[in-house]
Amino acid sequence: MPVLTVREALQQALHEAMADERTFIIGEDIGHYGSTYGVTAGFLEKYGPERIRDAPIAEAGIAGLAVGAAMAGMRPIAEIMSVNFSLLAFDMIINHAAKIYSMFGGKFSVPLVLRTTNGWTQLSATHSQSFDSMFAHIPGLKVVAPATPADMKGMFRAAMADPDPVIFIEHTLMYGVKGEVPEGDYIVPIGKSVLAREGRHITVVTYSRMVHLSLQAADILAKEGIEVEIVDLRTLRPLDMSVALESFKKTNRAVVVTEDWQSYGTSAEIATRLYEQGFDYLDAPIQRVNFREVPMPYAKNLEQQVVVTTERIVAAIKKVLNRS
Amino acid sequence: MQKRRGATQAKVPAANSLRSIMTSTPFSRARDHLGDAQLVELYRQMMLIRRFEEKCQEMYTRAKIGGFLHLYVGEEATGVGAISNLQPQDHIFTHYRDHGHAIARGLNINELMAELFGKDTGTSHGMGGSMHFADITKNFWGGYAIVGSHLLLADGVALACQMQKTNGVVMVFFGDGATNGGEFYESLNFAQLWKLPVVFVCENNLYAMGTPIEVHSSVKEIYRKASAFDMKAMRIDGNDLLTVREQVAEAVEYARSGQGPVLVEAMTYRFRGHSAQDTQKYRSKEDVEQHRSNDPVLIFRKELIDAGVSSAADIDALDATIDEQVEAAVRFADESDVPGNEWLTDSGIYAAPLATATVDPDLV
Ligand SMILES: Cc1ncc(C[n+]2csc(CCOP(=O)(O)OP(=O)(O)O)c2C)c(N)n1
Repeated sequence: MPVLTVREALQQALHEAMADERTFIIGEDIGHYGSTYGVTAGFLEKYGPERIRDAPIAEAGIAGLAVGAAMAGMRPIAEIMSVNFSLLAFDMIINHAAKIYSMFGGKFSVPLVLRTTNGWTQLSATHSQSFDSMFAHIPGLKVVAPATPADMKGMFRAAMADPDPVIFIEHTLMYGVKGEVPEGDYIVPIGKSVLAREGRHITVVTYSRMVHLSLQAADILAKEGIEVEIVDLRTLRPLDMSVALESFKKTNRAVVVTEDWQSYGTSAEIATRLYEQGFDYLDAPIQRVNFREVPMPYAKNLEQQVVVTTERIVAAIKKVLNRS
Repeated sequence: MQKRRGATQAKVPAANSLRSIMTSTPFSRARDHLGDAQLVELYRQMMLIRRFEEKCQEMYTRAKIGGFLHLYVGEEATGVGAISNLQPQDHIFTHYRDHGHAIARGLNINELMAELFGKDTGTSHGMGGSMHFADITKNFWGGYAIVGSHLLLADGVALACQMQKTNGVVMVFFGDGATNGGEFYESLNFAQLWKLPVVFVCENNLYAMGTPIEVHSSVKEIYRKASAFDMKAMRIDGNDLLTVREQVAEAVEYARSGQGPVLVEAMTYRFRGHSAQDTQKYRSKEDVEQHRSNDPVLIFRKELIDAGVSSAADIDALDATIDEQVEAAVRFADESDVPGNEWLTDSGIYAAPLATATVDPDLV
């Protein structure tokens, strides 16, 4: 199986999507500039400006035009350069994309895929956020955040095939991550979580870039004889907790790792579901590892204390194991 | 009703063209072009909107209708005149004051009343209510209740029309108050930049809820806002049905020909409050009365009779038929079932519900 980066896997997925004549891509700097993170590099030359639409810096417009075009039979891909800028498109995403199907009695839907990216690297407060929980909070949206190149390709395929609006969350620090990617037609369904690593002592429930950090933490702990099982949720809405609960019933301990603020964040929902549905199997309080709850500082020494690190995951796992 | 001139004959230039130019009016030109039956049809649409909405007010007072109720009474000429220029392949977006546009586009008033009553037979199965009438079979994409937002969706459908080469035009209605927010400016820029076939129809009724235009907009002539985008624009008398029809026809043809969007500012006035709850402290009774004496429906009614297009007796008979239809719509809505609880599950929220439900089945 070929080994690709996340970027290359996404490129494959987008080229596949462009085979459908109804598909066009709309976003900032996707064409002439050559793409902020390189994903759509070369697309303008290949598909032309009709289908690779460099848009003005107008996030509501990018999302809104894509919603409208999707309603009228197109299969658009909207790209919001960074999730921080998606706030300017929230009206279109939350008041429109998410509502149109049910509010108009199921007569038409919004088959839109909106790509955007989380991430941080000394960009300070407005450029380092995650709004995963805000998207995942909204009935009517489907929200995915794959971690591996294979899932990027397979879930993008699923997102394009879906008649509902799908928020496709990437991560700026993950475009270079490598992994095996099946060739040709490859689809990974939305709403199905998987085991990223087997173990028997503790369950880590996580998704997106945190899967990779959790795997590193598991490697470290393996040397001390601690076997960590890791669940990659892959989809945030609908949230499939079945794999996590199975694992939890076996290990009776859990750590939830998410790269967002803790209060009201995705980890709050995940931990609550473990408590509600796995209470009888609980041997120790669940620990959460998240961003520290401050606007992201610029200074590197401070930023490092805010973000989730392998060390913090290791420490949380040890804490849960020692308590029991 | 005597049958005078047919549409085909009207296309032949009059023998004495100078005389015909000097004496022609939007009314005479429309009569030549459309024929009498079509003029009466336009009257019927305006009166149907009027009577439907008067009934809505009554049903609201009787608590058969809930939520917000924004009536279009007084603005009928704009919607009917503008929409009369559209073809079946064209599209409409509108705001929460959507009853008039829906009826002008020919949506079924039984289903509209049922929607207002929150019934399963409503246009949106009772999921949308007054602010969210829609009928995709008529390319009527709906009323949208977030001020200014639907202009971008309209651009999106226009983009689809352009890419699919359907030759369709999108007409989008909104108020003067909607022209101050960012989404308005984004939508104008996109539309002009990409030459999208959109006719933006601003119904300037002088108030955004209760805030007068002098208080809410730096530019008082809304159509001039288009100049920042090099966009074609016009300001028209929105209370004269056939002026609206004639001028908007030009805008529709311009958009359809691929030259780009047009901003039409139609000057009009709403006779009722912003919504059914409005106490109207912001304007005087005299002001309202003065505008009411300029009632677009009654003016057109009188024009039809005075010009001999129809007799007063025929129009009265038509009005009576309209009243019966509105009564029938109320009965239909009353007798219809309420929507089922499946609307509270994933199948009501997603076109393709997934194996993992997002709605908690055990929710108490
Ligand atoms: C974004 C947004 N802000 C505020 C409101 C509340 N609101 C509903 S209608 C309205 C006034 C709109 O006035 P205008 O655009 O002139 O249209 P009109 O109601 O006069 O037809 C306001 C403030 C809303 N629905 N959406």
